[in-house]
Parts: sequence; C-alpha cells; structure tokens
Amino acid sequence: MSIDGELPKRQLAQARLGNRRGAVMEFSAADTCLDIQGLTLAYGGKTALKDLTLRIPRHRVTAFIGPSGCGKSTLLRALNRLHDLNEDVSRHGQIHLDGHDIHDPRVAVAELRRRVGMVFQAPNPFPMSIYDNVAFGLRLQGGLSKRRIDDVVEWALKSAALWDEVKGRLRASAWSLSGGQQQRLVIARTLAVEPEVLLLDEPASALDPISTLKIEELIRTLKPHLTLVLVTHNMQQAARVSDYTAFLHNGELVEYGPTDTLFTHPRLRRTENYITGRMVG
Amino acid sequence: MKIPGHTAVGMPGKRRTREGPLAWLAAASVALSLIMLGALLVLLSVKGLSNFWPATVHQLTLKGGETVIGVPLETRELPSRQGLERRYLTANRDDGGGIWRWLANDQITEDTTPEDLVVLERRHWGTFFGRLVALQSGDQRLTGPDAWTVLESRLKEINALRDERRRLTHDEILPLIRSMEDQDGHRSEDRRLADLQRRASELQQRMQGDLVVLENGQGRRQEQALAEILEAWRPNAMAWHEKLGHWVRELWQFLSQGPRDANTAGGVWPAIFGTILMVLLMSILVTPFGVLAAVYLNEVAHQGRLTRLVRIGVRNLAGVPSIVYGVFGLGVFVYGIGGSIDRWFFESTLPSPTFGTGGLLWASLTLALLTLPVVIVATEEGLSRIPLHQREGALALGATRFETLTRVVLPMATPAMLTGLILAVARAAGEVAPLMLVGVAKLAPQVPLDGEFPFLHLERKFMHLGYHIYDAAFHSSDVQAAMPLVYATALLLVTVILVLNLTAIFMRHYLRKRHGAPVRR
Ligand SMILES: Nc1ncnc2c1ncn2[C@@H]1O[C@H](COP(=O)(O)OP(=O)(O)OP(=O)(O)O)[C@@H](O)[C@H]1O
Ligand SMILES: [Mg+2]
Repeated sequence: MSIDGELPKRQLAQARLGNRRGAVMEFSAADTCLDIQGLTLAYGGKTALKDLTLRIPRHRVTAFIGPSGCGKSTLLRALNRLHDLNEDVSRHGQIHLDGHDIHDPRVAVAELRRRVGMVFQAPNPFPMSIYDNVAFGLRLQGGLSKRRIDDVVEWALKSAALWDEVKGRLRASAWSLSGGQQQRLVIARTLAVEPEVLLLDEPASALDPISTLKIEELIRTLKPHLTLVLVTHNMQQAARVSDYTAFLHNGELVEYGPTDTLFTHPRLRRTENYITGRMVG
Repeated sequence: MKIPGHTAVGMPGKRRTREGPLAWLAAASVALSLIMLGALLVLLSVKGLSNFWPATVHQLTLKGGETVIGVPLETRELPSRQGLERRYLTANRDDGGGIWRWLANDQITEDTTPEDLVVLERRHWGTFFGRLVALQSGDQRLTGPDAWTVLESRLKEINALRDERRRLTHDEILPLIRSMEDQDGHRSEDRRLADLQRRASELQQRMQGDLVVLENGQGRRQEQALAEILEAWRPNAMAWHEKLGHWVRELWQFLSQGPRDANTAGGVWPAIFGTILMVLLMSILVTPFGVLAAVYLNEVAHQGRLTRLVRIGVRNLAGVPSIVYGVFGLGVFVYGIGGSIDRWFFESTLPSPTFGTGGLLWASLTLALLTLPVVIVATEEGLSRIPLHQREGALALGATRFETLTRVVLPMATPAMLTGLILAVARAAGEVAPLMLVGVAKLAPQVPLDGEFPFLHLERKFMHLGYHIYDAAFHSSDVQAAMPLVYATALLLVTVILVLNLTAIFMRHYLRKRHGAPVRR
C-alpha cells in the first residue's frame, strides 16, 4: 500500500494511522469518522494529552485503555468539546468529524454535542421523570409534536433495552431506577437525539455483572448504526466488544490497532505488560 | 479476621461511652432551646388568648362597707408581709381614672358572683362593670330582666346599622369624594354625594335615641347612649359553651376588625393584612433580583478576584443593622425616587406628597434590599451544590449553556432559592425598625388593597403587627390595659410568620418531590 502525498491525508485509500511507529489499519479514509491530529491538551500548566494522532472508524467500536490518569477521559471529552467550559484548558491540534474541523468558529457547539453524544462514568439522569429524561434532548430541538416525542421516547428506550422494565412507569422519577437501569436510561436519552458518535466513559464501572453484560450487548446492537468510543478499565470488556483498541499511557498514544492483534500480539513491551496486568496504575 | 480493639459483632461498648458527653451536651442544648421556645409560645398563648375569655366578675364588700366590682388577677404579698393582696380589674375608666385596684385579702368581708352583673364593651372609655338598671327606648322605659333581653336585640340591630354605615362611607362616599377631587371642579356628582350622605346620617339617626341607665359598684347611676355600646354580656350567667362561643366571637373580632381607642382596643385586621401584603410584595421583589444576582455570580461571571470580592461584600451586607437599610430607604426611595415621581407625575397634588412619603412600595423595597443577601447566598449555595455531571449531561445532549441553566440547573436549585426565601420572609416579617422610616403607620384603617382602581395602592401607608405591638406597648395612655392586646398581637405575629414560612416550606417540599430529588429534612 502506498501513500500518495498529493492527496489530502484523509482521502487516502489506505492510511497509516495512530502512532509514529507506523501501525497500519485496515479501514479506508472514507470510513474514518473522527480524525485526531496532533492533539495536545493541558490543564493549566499540566499536560494531559501529548501530540495524539489517531483515526476512529465509522460504525465500529473503538476502545481506549490505559492506566488511571493517562488521559482517556480527557481525550473523550475533547471529542465533543466539553473542555470548552473549563477556562484553564489549552489545546493544540485538530479534530475532524466527517472531514469537518470541530473547532471551526462556524461550528455550533450545541449541535456538535448533539451529534457526538456522551455517556458518563456515573449515571447522571436528571431529577425528572423517566419520560422527561429521554425527551429532554428532543424538546431542546423544539417543534416536535407530542406524538412524535412519544414515539421517539419509546424507540430510544427500546434501543437501550430498557423499555420492558419501565414502560409501565414512564412518569416515575428517574432517580427511582437502579444504577444499571439509570445508565441505560442515560444511553436512551443520548440515543433519542440520534447522535452519530456515542462516547462511553467507563459506562459499566459502577454496575454489577448482569447490568454490565446488558450494556455490552447494547453496544453490540448499536454498532451498525453508530460510531462508538468506549473507555474501559476492563480488559475482557475491551476484548469482548471493541473492534479497535488504543492504549494510552501518560497522555501519549502507545499502541493502536485492531483489538484481536493488540491483545494477542502486542507490538510493544509496555502494551503487553499493561494488558497482562504486570503494569498497574 | 479479628481487628484489634474491635469486637466482631455489635457496636463496641467503648465507643459509645466516648461519644457520651458530647451527645449529652448536644441533646441538652436542643432540649433547652425547645423548652425556651415552648415557654415563649405558651406565655404568648396564655396571656394573649385568655384576654378574650369572659372572666367571672366578682362583687366584693369591703370592711368599710364599700362595694367593688372586678375581675380578680394576680396575688402578691403585702408590703408589710402580713397577708396577701390581690389585683382586681375594676374597669370603668370614666369612674375616676384607674382601672385596677389592689385589695388586701383581709379587707374583703364578702365575695359573691351575682348573675346580673354586666360587662359592656364601649366605643370610648373602655370596659364597664356594673348593673343594668333600665333601658330607655323612646318613651318606653324597661327595667328588670326585660331590659336585658331588649338590650341584647337592640345591640344586634345597632351593630348591623353601624356595619352598613361603615360600608357606605368606605365603599361609596369616600371613593366618590376622591374621584370628584381628581376631576377638580367638576361637580356633576354633587347630587349623588348628597344622597349618599343623607343615607349615612339616616343610619346614624336610627342608631341613636336609646339610652341605658347603668349602676356601678358604689350604686352611682349613669346614663349612656346605646350607640356607644359595642357589646354586652353577663359572664356570671353564661354557661361554659356560651363562654366558649363568646371567646370565639371575640377572637374573630380581634382578627377581623380595625383598632379602636388609640390602638388599645379592638382588632388588628389592617395590621395582619399590611404585614402579609408587605411580605408578599417583598418576596415578589427580592426573589427575581436575588436569583438573577446569584446566577450571575455563580454561572456567568468570570470567577476572578472581583467576583470573590463582590461575594464577600454581599455576605457582609447581610450583617448590616436593619435600621441602616431604613435610613437608606428613606433617603433613596422615599425622598429620592419618590420625590422625583411626585414632581413628574403628581405635580398637581404637590406639596402634599404621593410617593414622596413612606408607603407600602418603599417599605417592601427596603425590606427586599435587606433580605437580598440572604436570597443571593442561599441560591448561590444551591447552584454550587448542583453536580458538574448534571450540567455536563445536559450539555452533552446538545443543550446550550443557557438551556442547561434554565432546564436543569435552576429547577434543581429551586429548593435552595425557596430556602433563601424562607429565611428572607422570616427576617422581613419580624422587622420593625426600618419600617418606621419608610411607611408604617400607627393607624391606617384602610388596607392598601381595595375595589378602587388601581386596587393595589402602593403609595398608601399601612399597618404592621410588629409596629402595632411597639405602639400599643409604648405609646398607649394605659400600657397595662394594652398588655393583653400586646400579647395577643405578638402571638398573632408569630403565627403569621409561621404560616408564611410553612407555605414556603410546603412549596419547597412539593418542588423537591416534583423534581425527584430525595426529600430531606
Ligand atoms: N479538570 C481537571 N483539571 C486539572 N487536571 C485534570 C482535570 N481533569 C483531569 N486532569 C488531569 O489530567 C490527567 C488525565 O485525567 P483523565 O481524567 O483524562 O484520566 P483517565 O485516563 O480518565 O483516568 P481514569 O481511568 O482514572 O478515569 C490526570 O493527571 C488528571 O489529574
Ligand atoms: Mg476517566
């Protein structure tokens, strides 16, 4: 495979991706959903991400793994510009979503965040009814009929595999649900606004094994429709659900590649140590 | 596994004893506070509410042969320490001044409670204790039991006439006069006014004419116009349920009527109304300002040194003595803004001020200013307690910062705002000092809300329970006579504040439930 220097990078038929060590991924530029180039990010004076370059494929599950504090959440939050709120954060480098720079001044941040949905580590349903939680994003868009909102709420709850458990009590407070149900509610809420990308920051870390399995199943069923990015500390989970895995350490991208390859034949010693549990924290 | 120092099952007894002294101390201070609070309420209730009970009236014969009619009150030791003496309420202020009398127990040779003793509540000169000798109605002169029966029915008639006359004056004559003044010179309504005034004097005529002949303890007779008498009862002839009915009626009159006799008698309705209206207006004014200021400080402003300085300033404003706010309100609102309003809009009535003098609006504004820091601080606390992940949850769904604020943050902070409002109401309802500068009146029988356009009269002076207490306790001719009223009014003020607070607390409870947050406290 050759690299044609005259074409813009993202239009290359096959791309050299990830780290400077030249990992080669088997997806075309047209299949690239998020394109991160030379991203450096610092909280005040403290650098959290160092010159990251990687591409995230469309309609696949990409997992970010790495020890605590390595910058996984920071990277995830950079993808929907949640850092904008923090005045201390400084950033260099670009992120393209479907070929468009997300930091372009013409980009409406709210619309970007709708397209790039995010589910946080701890379930954060709003203190409203289950129904209102799911309808929240829809109502922001305005102009939707009651009937249409009803439909979308039902569809979103079904997509998040929560419908059967809550259909009889949509008006009940969302805070009356269990932790696992709350997390699926938050996913349903995010799905309701039909995002193109779904960022999941350790979505199952606070859940029991059964709820975790439900979330993993959900991720698999969503894959044909969405680009998913998953942060996890659970190696088995990453291996089970992701197609690609990126290993971060100290704010740097150490290794990135297809999950099967990365877990069975890691190219680097550091990756192998982390995966096999020899390197902790 | 066994951890040294801990028993495996149950709570180690050692720990509990170590917590002992502190827990006891805390419990003791709670108990003490509750006892003091309870004592306060009991004192106010007993002293305030017993005032309306128709107490038994005693007829005493003294050693010298003198007869005294009165209600026994407290007992104390004689100055000579040989025996006790007792204070009697003898009423009859027109009978030589005093309404109290101390009598030594051994002075009294006979103590009876005859059923024919009457108590009269009069428009002037306060209460009368004695006997009804005769009732003179036109040429008719009734004596004995008939006199009492007719007196009772005539009083009802007269009271109805008096109410009708008051209604006519307040609702028809006064508004008409005011509207005629406004259209100065225009006298087309003259006929209507004369007509109304004739009806009023007709009512007055029908009230008058009857006389009662009364006899006091010493047997001295006096005549009194029946129209002067508001109420008459014979406590010694009343069964307990009649007394209860009387008590309820008196209490109701206290709550529903205006004051009489230079605020030493009568009711406090204008003061209740004024207090509540003023507090409500204050709440309406302070809430939006306080919430907006808190939102600005917490959500909008750059969290730099200046913001921190402003925040410290706001917190310290809460500690400024209330009279200072009164001075500020007088200078800025009353003279400054009010004076300007008068010069621009009410030039025709100058030099008599409309807004350039204390009034409901200025009092509410001054108290709103006084309570603003409380609302700001409470709201800010509520805003800052809302977890970041709730805000981020909304943002991640495509909400703008403004939408996040209005749809997630503010609803979640409503209980905190109401907590601020509760504190503000509690402070404002009990505040008297600044009001004396910016609009409270000793007597303003017309409440600032009526059927006359624009219905809510923001420029009017108003009565206030707190000031009423102050006025009755310090400025009445006979402070002791006014004391029961002071207690009753104080009890009422506490009740009003309690009711206002409970309303806010229930609102907060309801909102917490609606927003799904766990209900605390
Ligand atoms: N708001 C913040 N302000 C300052 N420093 C921050 C902030 N958030 C994160 N950091 C720092 O940035 C680095 C990366 O944090 P990040 O939260 O991205 O780690 P992580 O990989 O998600 O860790 P974990 O697995 O524990 O969630 C850490 O050193 C952390 O201390
Ligand atoms: Mg994290």
